[in-house]
Amino acid sequence: MTDKQKHATAYWKENLKYLIILLSVWFVVSYGAGILFKDALNNIRLGGFKLGFWFAQQGSIYVFVILIFVYVRLMNKLDKKYGFDE
Amino acid sequence: MSVQTWTWILVGVTFALYFGIAIWARAGSTKDFYVAGGGVSPLANGMATAADWMSAASFISMAGIISFAGYDGSVYLMGWTGGYVLLALLLAPYLRKFGKFTVPDFIGDRYYSNGARTVAVICALIVSFTYVAGQMRGVGIVFSQFLQVDINTGVVIGMAVVLVFAFLGGMKGITYTQVAQYCVLIFAFMVPAFFISMQMTGNPIPQIGMGGKLEGGMYLLDKLDTLHTELGFNEYTSGTKSTWDVFAITLALMVGTAGLPHVIVRFFTVPKVKDARKSAGYALFLIAILYTTAPAISVFARTNLIDTVSNTKYTEVPEWFKNWENTGLIGWSDKNGDGKIQYVAGSAIEGKNPLFSDGRGTHGERVLKNVNANTENELYVDRDIMVLANPEIAKLPNWVIALVAAGGLAAALSTAAGLLLVISTSISHDLIKKQLKPDISEKGELWAARLAILVAIIIAGLFGIYPPGFVAAVVALAFGLAAASFFPAIILGIFDKRMNKQGAISGMVVGIVLMLFYMVRYKTGLIGVFEPRPSSEWWFGTSPEGFGTVAMIVNVVVSVVVSRLTPPPPQEVQEIVEHIRIPSGAGEATHH
Repeated sequence: MTDKQKHATAYWKENLKYLIILLSVWFVVSYGAGILFKDALNNIRLGGFKLGFWFAQQGSIYVFVILIFVYVRLMNKLDKKYGFDE
Repeated sequence: MSVQTWTWILVGVTFALYFGIAIWARAGSTKDFYVAGGGVSPLANGMATAADWMSAASFISMAGIISFAGYDGSVYLMGWTGGYVLLALLLAPYLRKFGKFTVPDFIGDRYYSNGARTVAVICALIVSFTYVAGQMRGVGIVFSQFLQVDINTGVVIGMAVVLVFAFLGGMKGITYTQVAQYCVLIFAFMVPAFFISMQMTGNPIPQIGMGGKLEGGMYLLDKLDTLHTELGFNEYTSGTKSTWDVFAITLALMVGTAGLPHVIVRFFTVPKVKDARKSAGYALFLIAILYTTAPAISVFARTNLIDTVSNTKYTEVPEWFKNWENTGLIGWSDKNGDGKIQYVAGSAIEGKNPLFSDGRGTHGERVLKNVNANTENELYVDRDIMVLANPEIAKLPNWVIALVAAGGLAAALSTAAGLLLVISTSISHDLIKKQLKPDISEKGELWAARLAILVAIIIAGLFGIYPPGFVAAVVALAFGLAAASFFPAIILGIFDKRMNKQGAISGMVVGIVLMLFYMVRYKTGLIGVFEPRPSSEWWFGTSPEGFGTVAMIVNVVVSVVVSRLTPPPPQEVQEIVEHIRIPSGAGEATHH
């Protein structure tokens, strides 16, 4: 395997690791908090909101936006680390 | 000044702006036409994507649907935003690196087969036409309400306008008009929301106002829950759908979002892979502004509506009620003869749409012909009016009401233009250039693209005039189709090196056929029965809107199984996969 290929394989592995972590968060806030555990979370209140309802209608969306920007930062760093930056 | 005058002014000014931009950004080459020359900045691309994405359904229908559905409406909120996470993380960077113009192009090259390309073109056409039908209807509704023409004339005006943008500018013209349209639509959506939130809760930020307290110290959401329970509706914050169905619909919408060809194609217009990631982030941020405001508007509008009409004498209802009754989007029938409006759970009419006869009833109301005698509910309210009528219900100034009209038009037109472009590209590039007539000149291809747009607009207009159903319901089904067809083929193409053409083609075919079958059978009842099938007959309790999830899973299973039983893809294809996984050396989006 050439150096470049090794680099590419290692880069891909780290990329997949990030994806798994970020997509787990994605799943937990939407399908978890917003749908599957909504009823339980609704017993907790955030001001006028029941928590499960809040996650389903607003909270998960805020988290989605943050997730993408975290991903952009992580990947920019990863590109630099492996020399794939443009 | 009257609402009418304000509407003419605001619609006129914004249209002049769009036309000016379309002329300034005329397309000179196919590259301009397909990918806007490939030099769009991530922020501009984010705005264009957001406008492209937020359709008549998002702007006009979504808040209305949530307003009536309460918690169940969350499927749209989470589904339509959560898909961007998938898009940003799993698709956009790799497709940008791959660097061709269209999704069928990716599928054709990745699966080294014109057969796969053709299947992808057909899927793209089905998805885009289903989606664009809803948009044209939306354009028609807005024009008819605010310019006092009938809906069909509204659709025709909309067709003419879209034709000019798309014809002149292609992707380049559309991208920059969409930037302007984003600004108009978000401003138009937010202004009434600020006003109403301030009026009801004393907090101008609707996202926070939604959880705020009313005068008297009761939380708004608690009051709405109480009103709902008293009138026999389900609690607003609980909903009625089964957990599985909410889950399935949300997933189908998310995956469908990520698989929509007119959104994916936008990521080819930025210069680098880095920019593709970033512009997905901007796009979602800009979309989230509207998507977190919509549920607040739903709550405000719902509370206002119930407060205003419930047990009010018909003769004492505000002006807006009668205006919208005149357009047929509100209907009242005094079942118990007390002259007051009883608004409780249950459908006031039989069938989907109210039918009116010409005369007036004893109180001056329009006479409903298809009254449902089995319920006590006397009021029919069309869901689509919740956003459009909201400023009137809250007694906002006339210019705000007119602004909403301009915003609704911006939303519907930008999406229609984006979709029509995908349709024309699929035909001129993926079908004519790549398959039927590879030696076509650039000029010839450009004209083929324009001709395809013309034909597509006419077909879309016909769909708009003879609509297949509620605006948003139709759109929601387009997502199921995108989820069932494209998404697995693209994802597996990037993440599974072993995926081959036999697998991808059989997966796509099985997925889309299954989805179409289910849709037709359970939504329209064309196969076997004449009425849509009742929900008790749904497979695994899955609604047609959520069935995209099931069809997608079947697609993935078929793809993987078939690919493992057939030979692996050739070496050079495996190298393409290696190549798109690293971001450097993206170069321009190429036309080959």
